[in-house]
Amino acid sequence: MSPLIFLLLAALTVASALTVVVHKNPVHSACALVLTLCLLAVFFVGLDAQLVALLQVIVYAGAIVVLFLFVIMLLNLQVETRAMAGALLVGSAAAGGVALAALIFAALGRTVAPAAAVPAGFGETAALARQLFTAYLLPFELTSVLLLVAIVGAVALARKPT
Amino acid sequence: MTPPLAWYLGLSAVLFAIGVLGVVVRRNVIVIFMAIELMLNAVNLTFVALARSLGSIDGQVIVFFVTTVAAAEAAVGLAIILSMFRNRETTNADELATLKW
Repeated sequence: MSPLIFLLLAALTVASALTVVVHKNPVHSACALVLTLCLLAVFFVGLDAQLVALLQVIVYAGAIVVLFLFVIMLLNLQVETRAMAGALLVGSAAAGGVALAALIFAALGRTVAPAAAVPAGFGETAALARQLFTAYLLPFELTSVLLLVAIVGAVALARKPT
Repeated sequence: MTPPLAWYLGLSAVLFAIGVLGVVVRRNVIVIFMAIELMLNAVNLTFVALARSLGSIDGQVIVFFVTTVAAAEAAVGLAIILSMFRNRETTNADELATLKW
């Protein structure tokens, strides 16, 4: 990925992320979230993470945001009349956000980047799966338990009380 | 020529800050939730960028787990919002203050 394309995509990503936060209509926020997630998937491809990029589009932009949109439609949310907090809070939150970004960047920007050589097949399904089923086998199995608990919990919470 | 690691870290710092901003500023519980997803994704970008620059696949495996946890969190969280709406007829965080001191 050339630096020029990076800057262009980064500007687009920041703009659509701001749209998620700023837009008054929740449906438009969700659509902007889809755009943000797809743009991040492009960055992942540029970073040799093909499988992660695919998962990002299928699971995040596909499944999770559809769940969001489903709930928004179900609750029939309209354009909000008072979407934001007070002006004082918004102003201080914006200042705090800029300070936070600067702080994180100051902490991470000093990271030494050895720029290691990338082995062949890096980020492909085979490499990721080998690691997932050997070194990370226990967390992987625990993930399935977590998903089961989430399914049961979601059904128990959303069910109409009888 | 590829962009240096610091650019990716800077982008993810900005995205994370935007997510924090959304959680603080917005009043709609669902939009607050979307801002949380934004923060999770900013961290994912950091993981993938560092995995690339360290030449180790472990960072990408962690992203896999983060995505799974985000899916579970979205399912349970939206169910909570649903039952909250059923009881209180609102998704405004200011009106859902029963547990506030």
